[in-house]
Amino acid sequence: MPKELIRLSDCSMAFDGEVVLNNLNLYINDKEFLTLLGPSGCGKTTTLRIIGGFQRQTSGDVFFDGVRINDVPPHKRMVNTVFQKYALFTHLNVFENVAFGLRLKREDGKKLTKSDIASRVSEMLDIVSLSGFEKRDVASLSGGQQQRVAIARALVNQPKVLLLDEPLGALDMRLRKDMQNELKRIQQTTGITFVYVTHDQEEALAMSDTVVVMEKGVIQQIGTPEDIYNEPKNAFVADFIGESNIVDGCMHSDGVVEIFGRKFACLDKGFAPMEHVDVVIRPEDVDIVDVKDGMLTGTVTNITFKGMLYDIIVDFKGFKWLIQTTDLSPVGSKIGIKIDPDGIHIMKKSEFSGVFGDYSSYSAEYDDISDVEYEPDGSDSEAAAYET
Amino acid sequence: MKPKHFTIPYIGWMAVFVVAPIVLIFVYAFTTASGELTLANFARIAGFASVFVNSFRLALIATLICIIIGYPVAYILSKEKMRIQRLIVMLIMLPLWMNFLLRTYAWMSILENTGLLNRFLAFVGLPMLRIINTQVAVVIGMVYNFLPFMILPIYSVIMKIDKSLLEAARDLGAPPLSVFSKVVFPLSLPGVLSGMTMVFVPAVSTFVITQLLGGGMVILLGDLIEMQFLGAAFNPHVGSAVALVMMFIVIVFMYVMNKFGGGEGRTVGL
Repeated sequence: MPKELIRLSDCSMAFDGEVVLNNLNLYINDKEFLTLLGPSGCGKTTTLRIIGGFQRQTSGDVFFDGVRINDVPPHKRMVNTVFQKYALFTHLNVFENVAFGLRLKREDGKKLTKSDIASRVSEMLDIVSLSGFEKRDVASLSGGQQQRVAIARALVNQPKVLLLDEPLGALDMRLRKDMQNELKRIQQTTGITFVYVTHDQEEALAMSDTVVVMEKGVIQQIGTPEDIYNEPKNAFVADFIGESNIVDGCMHSDGVVEIFGRKFACLDKGFAPMEHVDVVIRPEDVDIVDVKDGMLTGTVTNITFKGMLYDIIVDFKGFKWLIQTTDLSPVGSKIGIKIDPDGIHIMKKSEFSGVFGDYSSYSAEYDDISDVEYEPDGSDSEAAAYET
Repeated sequence: MKPKHFTIPYIGWMAVFVVAPIVLIFVYAFTTASGELTLANFARIAGFASVFVNSFRLALIATLICIIIGYPVAYILSKEKMRIQRLIVMLIMLPLWMNFLLRTYAWMSILENTGLLNRFLAFVGLPMLRIINTQVAVVIGMVYNFLPFMILPIYSVIMKIDKSLLEAARDLGAPPLSVFSKVVFPLSLPGVLSGMTMVFVPAVSTFVITQLLGGGMVILLGDLIEMQFLGAAFNPHVGSAVALVMMFIVIVFMYVMNKFGGGEGRTVGL
């Protein structure tokens, strides 16, 4: 049974009357890698800052190891933070940046000795592969190196929890991937709880034990990366995590859903008879077959070559789907599709229904595709407005 | 027209109003009235050693007082709401929009033996203070006139410190006092340095303040130079030599201060 370390209980936050967090309840286990994921403005950074003590929640409580810490200032909390833009001290060199927390620290009421500080700093620089950089000016380091100094500076204090606020946001793609592995490795070797904030769903899926998807100051779903991807709770989560076609459906009975007037077998149960639902079909779960064998038939309207796969847009009775396939079907051709029962996921209707999951706006998202024939309808412009 | 042509007016201005006077000062300093080369003008400066010492001493005292008053003002100001900051910055600059002479005259009527200050002291039954025509009055005049030039650069440097650095320091266990001493203060030193320059240089060469508040009892370098050019002692050659030596000392002074300030102290421009 994992031990609970941090609990946010009924936390709300409002700035000048604007609600940023709405009654948030969340617990974080010891040694867990938990990611707060969501678009900008969803409240994820605010949540992190409340845990760090930089912002005081308008209402609600924060508990650390069972103790209420609402009134504990940041410098007395057992957490350390890796800031978005590193926030390194430009007037200090690498060694002094990392030693900053140690010089303030008291162990058994005594300051640490010089040699103690030096050995802990060099040990930590070793962990982040920056040995030999002690005397360097932080401004002379690359983005990735500065990032690692920031991580070392936080970790050297042996916090119970490390808070990371979009720490890889400023790095290029290649470096991000390396640092993701690096962070995961550091988390596993140190056994420190990581609370990680990002808007990058791939990053969240690749690194986390637990993903918390947030939007509009509300937690939309908490789960393992697999849960979040395979069993999204609503249209927002389905759309935000990976690509999703989301269509209206109607549950006839357990395991039978009607889409576009046709019944499909699925694995989902527990809905009311004839309940209207959102149906998620991932682009990679659709098989392309001959028209005569297809459960549905549609017309290919767009093709984008993605290297390993083609992204194709298929028009089914005016509703456009994204399908990922290795087989090329030319634009204008009629195709049939087949979906296995485990490729269909049923969700309850939510405030996000009808807002996401329609690829009619596909050409707007990818400007390398020309889709001149398409006339946007009402629901689509609403979706576009939501995204921007 | 190439962009560099736009610099012609500036270069012309510099040549006429900056380079030419300096060249003239050089020429005057090394020649006699009849135009012969000489070092005698510099030899005469030895006689003015006390003026040099006094000038630098008073300017340094004024600069230090400006730091002691100006730094807390700048720091507290930077913590205020933006609206209040703008208002206070305007109030700090307001005196600068008034005539320098008028402002200093105002201090005369405050510090005079029968001035506002002494009348107030008499009113509350305290003994009179003799301030006017002393070095104290001169230092008060310097601090009053040049204080904004200390506050504003410090304020603008503190404002530019990334707020996340302060959060990082707190996050790493620094109580508020340590956040100041370990992060804010070291990062604000460039502002202090440029403030020191902007106060010290005009203070060391002032003559209006000494004449109005020092009443001719306190003679500083500015007065000495002015006397050589406009006064009864008319001798522009000695005056130029004094000006040149003063410039040299100030440049050395600034250079040393910049070195002391380290790599960050580039705001002074030497």
